[in-house]
Formats: sequence, C-alpha cells, structure tokens
Amino acid sequence: MFAFILRRLVQSAIVMLVVALVSFSLFRFVGDPVASMVGQETTLAEREALRESLGLNDPILVQFGRFVGRALQGDFGISYRLQQPVMELILSRLPATLELALVSGIVAFALGITLGVYTALNRRGWLSNFIMTASLIGVSLPTFLIGILLIWIFAVELQWLPSFGRGETVEVWGWKTGLLTPSGRASLVLPAITLGLYQMTLIMRLVRAEMLEVLRADYIKFARARGLTNRAVHFGHALKNTLVPVITITGLQLGSIIAFSIITETVFQWPGVGALFINSVQFVDVPVMAAYLMLIALVFVIINLTVDLLYYAVDPRLRVDRAAGH
Amino acid sequence: MSAPLLSVRDLIVEFPTRRGTLRALDGLSFDIAPGEVLGMVGESGAGKSLTGAAIIGLLEPPGRIAGGEIRLRSERIDTLSPDAMRRIRGKRIGMVFQDPLTSLNPLYTVARQLTETIRTHAPVSEAEARKRAVALLDRVGIPAAARRIDDYPHHFSGGMRQRVVIALALCAEPELVIADEPTTALDVSVQAQIIDLIKEICAERGASVLLITHDMGVIAETADRVAVLYAGRLAEIGPVREVITNAAHPYTRGLMGSIPTLTQETDRLVQIPGAMPRLTAIPQGCAFNPRCREVMDRCRTDRPEALTTGEGRQVACWLHADDAQEAARG
Repeated sequence: MFAFILRRLVQSAIVMLVVALVSFSLFRFVGDPVASMVGQETTLAEREALRESLGLNDPILVQFGRFVGRALQGDFGISYRLQQPVMELILSRLPATLELALVSGIVAFALGITLGVYTALNRRGWLSNFIMTASLIGVSLPTFLIGILLIWIFAVELQWLPSFGRGETVEVWGWKTGLLTPSGRASLVLPAITLGLYQMTLIMRLVRAEMLEVLRADYIKFARARGLTNRAVHFGHALKNTLVPVITITGLQLGSIIAFSIITETVFQWPGVGALFINSVQFVDVPVMAAYLMLIALVFVIINLTVDLLYYAVDPRLRVDRAAGH
Repeated sequence: MSAPLLSVRDLIVEFPTRRGTLRALDGLSFDIAPGEVLGMVGESGAGKSLTGAAIIGLLEPPGRIAGGEIRLRSERIDTLSPDAMRRIRGKRIGMVFQDPLTSLNPLYTVARQLTETIRTHAPVSEAEARKRAVALLDRVGIPAAARRIDDYPHHFSGGMRQRVVIALALCAEPELVIADEPTTALDVSVQAQIIDLIKEICAERGASVLLITHDMGVIAETADRVAVLYAGRLAEIGPVREVITNAAHPYTRGLMGSIPTLTQETDRLVQIPGAMPRLTAIPQGCAFNPRCREVMDRCRTDRPEALTTGEGRQVACWLHADDAQEAARG
C-alpha cells in the first residue's frame, strides 16, 4: 500500500515537472517578455540591463530551475496586465471557480447515478425512454448554447434567476463564498446547470451501460437464486460493481469541469479563474497563463491520485498483498 | 413411489421472437422424490438448464412458462407472485451454477455473502449467522474456515470457490438443490470431489438434487434416476442402471454408444448422424426421427407420448408401444 502511494507520488511529480517545462517555454515562445514589459522609447541599453536583471541571459536550464523553485513557493511572477502577483490573482478568483465546479460536479454525480440506475432497472419504461432521449440533448448541445438558452428562458423571459455575476459574497476564513447569501445561491443555479449538464448525461449513460452489463453477470443470477431481495441485489451487489469503472470517469470529469469552466464562466461573467485565463490570453499575459496551466495540471494529478486510492478502497482484488500468502 | 417433492407436468417454455414463438421446452413431465438425485442429460440446447431456470423461477425474459405446472410438495409454484417465489429461492430450492469463478460477487467477502443470505431467510443475529456460516464452510471442506471466511472470492481456488458456492446454495437448508453443470468449469481432478460433496451433503440433509450435466459418467456415479432430454422433450427417464445398460430410446442408445470404455478396444466411437434440430425447425412427429436408425412411418407424423414401460420408467418412442401396453396389462 505504502509503496503504491509512493510510486504514484513520484509519477505525479514527474508529470508536474513536464507541465512546468511547457509553462516555462510559454515565456520563450510567446514573444519577447522584455518587449511586452517596456515602452516604445526604452533604449537598447536599458532593455539589455532589464534583460540582465531579470536573469534572461542565464542558461536555459538555470532559468528553468529558478522557475520551478519559485513555482514551488507559489511565486509565478507579476501579471503584465494587472500588475499584481499572479498567485494573489488566482487565489482571489479560485473560490468562485471551485464552488461552481463542486456544486455542478456533485449535482451531476448524484443525478447521473440516480438516473443511470433508474433507466437500467426500468429499461422498457416510457420514463426511461424519455430520459434517454432527453439525455441526447445534454450530450450533443454545446455548453455555450445551453447557457444562452437558460439565460433566455430563466433570466430574460421568466426573470427568476440572475443572468450574470456571482451575487453577494461573504468571507469565511479568507474564502469568499456565495453559498451563504440568497443572491449568491440564486446566481449559482444557471451556471451550475450549464456546466454540469454534459457531465450528468455522460455519467448517466455510463452508469446505465455498466449496470446493464453487471445485471447480466453470473453473480447477480446466483444472488437472485439465493432469494435475496431485489433491493439487495440491485443496490448491494450490482451498484457497487457498477461504480468501479464509473469512479475513474467521474474523477476525470471533475477535473475537466474545473479546467473547462472557462466557457461557462465567460457566458455568465462568473468571476472565476477561467474568466481570468480568457482575459489573460487576449492580453498575452504570459505569467497568468503559465500559472493557470500549472494549476489545472495539479488539479488533474490530485484527482487521478485520489481515483487510484478510491479504486483500491472499492475493489479488493487490487489489494494483492494479502492474496500472496495463499 | 411416495409423494414427489417436485412434480413437473407438461411444462412448456416459450421465447417470443420477431419471427414467431420458439418452443424451447415442449410438454416436459417428470417427478423428483424426496431425497432422490435425478440426473438430467442431453446435448447443448436440449433444454436442460432451461428446465432448472423454469423451476427456480429465473427464466431470462422474454422466455416464459407458457403451459403446464410445477409443484413443490404439491403446492403450485409456477404461478406464485415474484416476491413469494423469491422467498422460495434459496430457502426451499437452492441452485449451484456452472462457473464458480463468476458466481461470487468479487467485491464482498465470503462472510458478507453468506451472512446476507442466511439472514434473508432466517431471523437470526449477525453473530449467529456468522457462526452458522463458519460451520457451513467447515462442512463443505474449506480448511481453517474461521479464518478464511473473511477472505474475498479471489483468494480461493476454483474448486474451493465451488465449495463456497455450495455452502451459499445450501445455507438456508433447501429441500431441493438444482446443480446446473456444477463441475464443467472445474479441473478434472476436482470434479469428483465436488460431485461427492454435493451428493453427501444433500443426503445428510435429506435434500433432493436435480443434477444437470452432459457427463454420463457423473450421472452414472451419482444419480438414482436419469432423464434424457432431446430438443426440449423428454426422450427417456428411468433408474440409472437400467437406462445405461438397457437404453430403450434410440437416442439414448446412441448417447451410450458414444461413451468410450476402458475394457473394449474401439477405433471409432459410435456417432449419431446429423445434429439436433434448431428450435425453428423441429420436425413433425418424433423430434428425433430424421436421425433415428429405426424410424417408422408413424414417427414422421405422430408425436410419441411418454409411455410407461416399467417401474418409474418412461420412454417416448413408438418402438415401445407394445411393451407399454403389456406393462399396463401386467
């Protein structure tokens, strides 16, 4: 167990190092950083001095080492556009993105599993057919279109919910949350649905397919032959076996919810990290882009690690060390 | 014969398909006496497993019982509600499946699966159920049962897993055990042990066994009587010794002839020409008539009834029409 975790940690570190290299090369290949920092009137000598003082004349490897060293301390430099430390910028925007991602992730997961199990158990019911057909919409409509449709229906026509922003926020232990105010919660509804709809339909279809597969398995037939109740067979035996592959996909989906909340954040003007990233791209704000890249990579690495550990907890066959004695 | 434990009368199982209804079991009748081991043999697709599934009420839809009746201790069970039938499964009729490697849920310990089943059928505490489970594992021959009970199925070998499966099938003390090819997936060296175990443990508890297999050797050693199925119909049923040494139905004779013996040197095994008909194309009259060496005109038009030719002995073949009349008279 310990060796397994250690191995995964080393692998994660390597992945992060590679991503750091990509981030670092952004500075090199997206134009000359000095050119974007100084004005038109700066002399060549002044530029050279700046170049020297920033350490841009050092060998690449030394510069990369410095980049990684600073990144480890949470120092990604200063935003070209906003003239603020990048880390501060990201940290101030992160709660908005995380709240949005977690809420839509939890809703997508809970609804996806419930509907997936329902449609698998009542395969021929009209409600199942309706859900399956409706889910095609979730899979095939692009996120921005769903967002705009929701705004049109619920914000413009019905005027039930706000169409943009985060509403009022309160600060709890340095975390700016919108979950504690009515306007914050109301503002969260539409973006969360927009962001989670695709994931929900994906999880639902996956759970349904897995569940149908598992229900045909011999151990389910044997469980029925032993007279176990439908409830015990479906939720005790079948569902747990269904969840093993679902965990992987769901974990990765949570990662992409965070990473690709960009579109939703743009549509709803949600003040999160994704919106920050899009604005930075427009202004070629390289430090912010580099830091965003590293952040998203970190999120994926952490989620993958968690998924592996969950696997380990759910499926006893992976705990090989005990079996070795027999 | 005493009142039968299980009585199957004119059982018809059908599968509705787009191209018409397929009749997979057609008018099957047989009895199992208390404590008796009835072997059931036949080729793949003859309807052996389907018979087991129909009795325990686990036919895969769209398959359904379209006629006939199944009685357990004279109580009709094929028309029970799903929940009433569920209470009978495991409690009064146990079932052992073919493949022990896939019959156990890989994510739960053996203890969890055993206690769950015991507590479904008996109002006992978790601790009591566990005590019974250990005793049962010990009885089916799992060494160090008290320790091994907390292992997962993948910690056991194939033969050991089949022992666990038997323990699970028997944990509510059913009166009838349906063993559907219980040794087919096992090592040859383990097969005999498992068959002995099933026979022994059922004899001990007075349970009857319906042993479904295509292995005549297993039947010969284990069963009291044997039923031979062909294309969803009963060809012949009778005491094992009689059927083996003096088969009445030409199909059974063909089956017996195709078993190699150690005493006789044979270059070629006897073979029945042709193959069993598909369910879509069962011939008129006797289903076996196109392959039968002794076919008569009557076989091509009239379907033979199961004729009683002796004590507990029935044959569905026109060759024995006269014997049957004699048996009825004498």
